[in-house]
Amino acid sequence: MTNSPRLAMLAMVATTLLSAPAFAQDAGTLKKIKETGVITLGHRESSIPFSYYDDKQQVIGYSQEFMLKAVEAIKADQKLDKLEIKLMPVTSANRITLIQNGTVDIECGSTTNNTERQKQVAFSNTIFVIGTKLMVKKDSGIKDFPDLAGKNVVTTAGTTSERLLRKMNEDKKMGMNVISAKDHGESFLTLETGRAVAFMMDDALLYGETAKAKRPADWDVVGTAQSKEAYGCMVRKDDAAFKKVVDSAIASVMASGDAVKIYNKWFMAPIPPKGLNLNMPLSDEMKALYKAPNDKAFE
Amino acid sequence: MYEFDWSSIPGALPFLVQGMYISLEITAIAIVVGIVWGTLLAMMRLSSVTALSWFAAGYVNLFRAVPLVMVLLWFFLMIPHMLESIFGFPRGSDMRLGSAIAGFALFEAAYYSEIIRAGIQSVSKGQMAAANALGMTYGQSMRLVVLPQAFRNMVPLLLTQGIILFQDTSLVYVSALADFFGAAYKVGDRDGRLVEMLLFAGAVYFVLCFTVSQLVRYYQKKLKTA
Amino acid sequence: MGYSWNWGVFLQPSATGDDTYLGWMFYGFKMTIGLSLSAWLMALFLGSIIGVLRTVPNKVLSGLAMAYVELFRNIPLLVQLFLWYFVLPELLPASLGNAYKQSNPVVQQFLAAMICLGLFTSARVAEQVRSGISSLPPGQKNASLAIGFTLAQTYRYVMLPMAFRLVVPPLTSEFLNIFKNSAVCSTIGLLELAAEGRQLVDYTAQPYESFIAVTLAYLLINVVVMFSMRWLEAHVRVPGYIGGK
Repeated sequence: MTNSPRLAMLAMVATTLLSAPAFAQDAGTLKKIKETGVITLGHRESSIPFSYYDDKQQVIGYSQEFMLKAVEAIKADQKLDKLEIKLMPVTSANRITLIQNGTVDIECGSTTNNTERQKQVAFSNTIFVIGTKLMVKKDSGIKDFPDLAGKNVVTTAGTTSERLLRKMNEDKKMGMNVISAKDHGESFLTLETGRAVAFMMDDALLYGETAKAKRPADWDVVGTAQSKEAYGCMVRKDDAAFKKVVDSAIASVMASGDAVKIYNKWFMAPIPPKGLNLNMPLSDEMKALYKAPNDKAFE
Repeated sequence: MYEFDWSSIPGALPFLVQGMYISLEITAIAIVVGIVWGTLLAMMRLSSVTALSWFAAGYVNLFRAVPLVMVLLWFFLMIPHMLESIFGFPRGSDMRLGSAIAGFALFEAAYYSEIIRAGIQSVSKGQMAAANALGMTYGQSMRLVVLPQAFRNMVPLLLTQGIILFQDTSLVYVSALADFFGAAYKVGDRDGRLVEMLLFAGAVYFVLCFTVSQLVRYYQKKLKTA
Repeated sequence: MGYSWNWGVFLQPSATGDDTYLGWMFYGFKMTIGLSLSAWLMALFLGSIIGVLRTVPNKVLSGLAMAYVELFRNIPLLVQLFLWYFVLPELLPASLGNAYKQSNPVVQQFLAAMICLGLFTSARVAEQVRSGISSLPPGQKNASLAIGFTLAQTYRYVMLPMAFRLVVPPLTSEFLNIFKNSAVCSTIGLLELAAEGRQLVDYTAQPYESFIAVTLAYLLINVVVMFSMRWLEAHVRVPGYIGGK
């Protein structure tokens, strides 16, 4: 082959690059919803108990219920008789992009609100507050983060835990081997098969993973929380009208006391698919949140 | 030793069958579109018009240079939105299946065109000359003389590429589309039974692909003796 | 929808403070190259043996070789990778398995990825080698047997030198494939090029810059490999055969 097709190829790439920034600007999610009568909800597939599939492949979970409350509020706000709901599964790797490029209108799952992400998307009022902790085997003797020095530790790629863990390892020279697994399922499998002695993640998700285990009683969630993080629903940036409707829907769920009922349903009672009870009592942070709903990030 | 627990499979069967349907749908459409577009590309590549042959060469080399995973990501996350902004298409919501099919078809066309080009070149030049001498146009001699012979020789290779394509559909996990592999993975993830579900998925893929590859082998033998 | 482009992101120090994001990409780039090259050596070695075995007149040996090829060709790479990484250590004796699983995870991920890619590709290389051997005129084999060469000598001195020169072009495309297939290995947590790209998306929330950079890096690898193989092809071309001028 000669050089020329290569040049043609480079030219193609260059054209693609140049045309890429010309994305359509579409302000007003509410307007779009009103015009089309359709709203697209982004959800997770296995973030137990926030957003996941039950054994009939229906999306359920704590965050999903908040999202549906927000949808009702949107329907009422726009005085729509009918609002068609489209569900779109997202992953931690593509959720931000899908909000940005307009595929998904709102995503309530287990997405942490932080300042870095606020450069690309906006976050609603916080729906949950977690602490990042460790899941270990009960007989492992590991009680807290300092016990991890020199050990293999797993966390899920693309999460704030991954960042914290790598930074801790760097700052305190702990000599840990950090394994970044593709998703929570593979992280847990890494822990379960003995590849890692601990799995660092948001405490609520760790309780969720425990519920899936073959012998839930073998596992424990331990350690001093390394960070507090606020889960919010993601919406498009610079769309204040839409965010306001979602925010007030969440605030009113919290004010009416429905939030506590939803909490108890998912954290203090048996949940699908296996009927396990996570037994995670309402934390002080959560009580404070329900009293004073806000959209502040912790970092 | 790992304890196996296969209890997730029976309940998940309807979901798995649905996933298999999606895998087959992507495979079938991508094969058909890939062969048609691949044939055109191959003819462009061999044509004497420089611009056409450059375009075809650039296209084929570009798609063959980039991993399929990246191509699927481009088609899922970026290209639909470029098209929207350039042509003002309405903003669709669930692009997953459409973008996967488009990505696969355009990607596989690059591979098919190389197979087809080799196939066309394997038909001796004399045939083309003879067809010309009989007064056939270029199109007629391609369609009536060269391509039928080329395709007969290429069928095994095209089918083998089809098997590879079917296996590669497992890569649509990047867009969270529930193809057969994705469905098995999701069930395994939800129930904490990843190992069992993926062993099961591997066995199903093996049985299907092995059967088809044996049929290809049989056809190849028949072709040789015919 | 207000995407804010920021190409300077690559020069920013990473969030964990160990390097710049460009440094991460470069680490991934090296990992992709190292993984692909070592898997390719494995594939070439095993694939040649299996390919030769497929053509020998012994039914048992050629049958085994065929079973090998069919096994590795008919299961998706993604599934094979998962089996090598997660399932295989469970089948080892407990003490050995546990010792292995406690070892450095990067080594474990690299080994699993290398074995998986190497065996997967070796089945394809074997098919190319087999078709190279069977495309030789039968007269060559018969002639060398007739002048008193053993079967092993016939392969060693007559058939293989020819066959390998003939299969260089198809092997080039397998060689290119191994680089592209290595992108799948990010699914077991190996930080190669595609995985670093995904990390960049997670850490910087600048997805498009990172996709574009990763795509360009793969194009670069492809161009370099293509040109070096073209040089090799020109040197080993057999006059009188297709492609030989």
